[in-house]
Amino acid sequence: MLASLVFYTFGFILILSSLFVITARNPVHSVLFLILGFFNAAGLFVLLGAEFLAFILAIVYVGAVAVLFLFVVMMLDISFADLRKDAMQYVPVGLLVGGVLLIELTMVFMSWQASPELAQNIAHPIDAAAQANNTKALGLILYTDYLLIFQMSGMVLLVAMIGAIVLTLRGRSGVRRQDVSKQVSIKRADVVEVQKVTSGTGI
Amino acid sequence: MVELWTTYGMEFVFIIAHIMAIIVPLLVSVAYLTYAERKIMGAMQMRQGPMTVGPFGLLQPLADGIKLFSKEIIIPSSAHRVVFVMAPMLTFFLSLIAWAVIPVNKDWALANINVGILYLFAISSLGVYGVLMAGWASNSKYAFLGGLRSAAQMVSYEVSMGLVIVTVLLCVGSLNLQDIVLVERTWWMKALLFPMFIIFLVSILAETNRAPFDLPEGESELSGGFLVEYSAMTFALFFLGEYANMILMAAMAVILFLGGWLPPFGLSGAWIDWVPGVVWFGLKTFGILFFYVWVRATMPRYRYDQLMRLGWKIFLPFTLIWVLVIAGCLLAFGALPS
Repeated sequence: MLASLVFYTFGFILILSSLFVITARNPVHSVLFLILGFFNAAGLFVLLGAEFLAFILAIVYVGAVAVLFLFVVMMLDISFADLRKDAMQYVPVGLLVGGVLLIELTMVFMSWQASPELAQNIAHPIDAAAQANNTKALGLILYTDYLLIFQMSGMVLLVAMIGAIVLTLRGRSGVRRQDVSKQVSIKRADVVEVQKVTSGTGI
Repeated sequence: MVELWTTYGMEFVFIIAHIMAIIVPLLVSVAYLTYAERKIMGAMQMRQGPMTVGPFGLLQPLADGIKLFSKEIIIPSSAHRVVFVMAPMLTFFLSLIAWAVIPVNKDWALANINVGILYLFAISSLGVYGVLMAGWASNSKYAFLGGLRSAAQMVSYEVSMGLVIVTVLLCVGSLNLQDIVLVERTWWMKALLFPMFIIFLVSILAETNRAPFDLPEGESELSGGFLVEYSAMTFALFFLGEYANMILMAAMAVILFLGGWLPPFGLSGAWIDWVPGVVWFGLKTFGILFFYVWVRATMPRYRYDQLMRLGWKIFLPFTLIWVLVIAGCLLAFGALPS
């Protein structure tokens, strides 16, 4: 009973905050509601017994991705009243895309059939040998059966990261950079010279 | 109704009592950490520190608390009110809930969960939101710059902190905090983990915005950073949150590297076994907190680009290589935890 109460609380807040993400007038408030949504999704994962996924969701999405979102959105200087003025002209396109997605999702879910071993799979989602904790179970599956896919997705992320760096890197001229090793390795003799100056003559 | 009470009621009361048993000593330690900091810094700078309120100034934290309670809360007219008030509450709240998993003695944690270290890491990485929200909601450029600095700083140092935690986990083979304390480490594991301990100590200074990495506050150039618009209780909550976070990070270092509640240096004997584990835990945590204060009294503040350079160009590559070194050694010596 308590578990279902907690489930409905998390689910209700998740839906509500997702709704506020798209309806909030202020983009920063949108991001804050998104973070609340992530949290409640993590809570749902905990209820499912997938605590590793829950905390990875909190660390990666809330701790890193959403910080960068907030970082960017906070620095935007856009008048949202102006944007909202011509927002109506996109409504037909939006409705079209949304309608297509809705139809596709309905078709997918209509054709779903529950597997006959469903009850047994829910009771033992992973091998009995790996029942100990789901961190270990996830690692065992990820690094054996799905190694290729795992490595490939890592490669895709690496390429995306290098691409982002290449796109934003620009060699600016005329910037004086600090070279710490050069500064530290400098010797007294390189920069200071003591000279005896006799009066009446210059150097 | 009776059934509901017997199933959930007693447990509820028990959990509330347990939470109180954690939070009350924590808040007292926070109050006396500020006193200790002022006394230690005073001694290091040939001053007396707080002297007049109570014997040896011992009642000074209470006087400060009463002062902050009774002051007026000022909310700037152009601030975003809800976010402005939520930010300090969030900071304080996060610094308290992390304590749910800290084992101060064997089986003394409120929740002994399987992924305790991930929980701690997740909560500590959320600390940035309080600062970021405060910086934005104040609607002032100094506060905003402080918030941005802090966001960049905390995200940068979290990366190397995460890798340091990975090296410990490789040696221990469990994400459970009690297991991390109890698993025996061989001498070469300790030697290999020592550089990671140093990096962790420096990173937690940056993560809690303490000197020499207190750029988000930076009173000389940002006149207090994200805190500039806060007053009275809203300020006090930030202040308490910051100090509670310091104690939390010190406790995390103790659990990861210093053997938690176990006696130091593997000592044993009738006298030493008689001392309860929580005393050793407290002493070790205080040792790290002393290091915090010592650094604050000694080091000048870093420049912002130096801070970023240290995080991304020195700590990150070094910890990344060290993860490989430790994994390789574990594999070579056949010491991988099964």
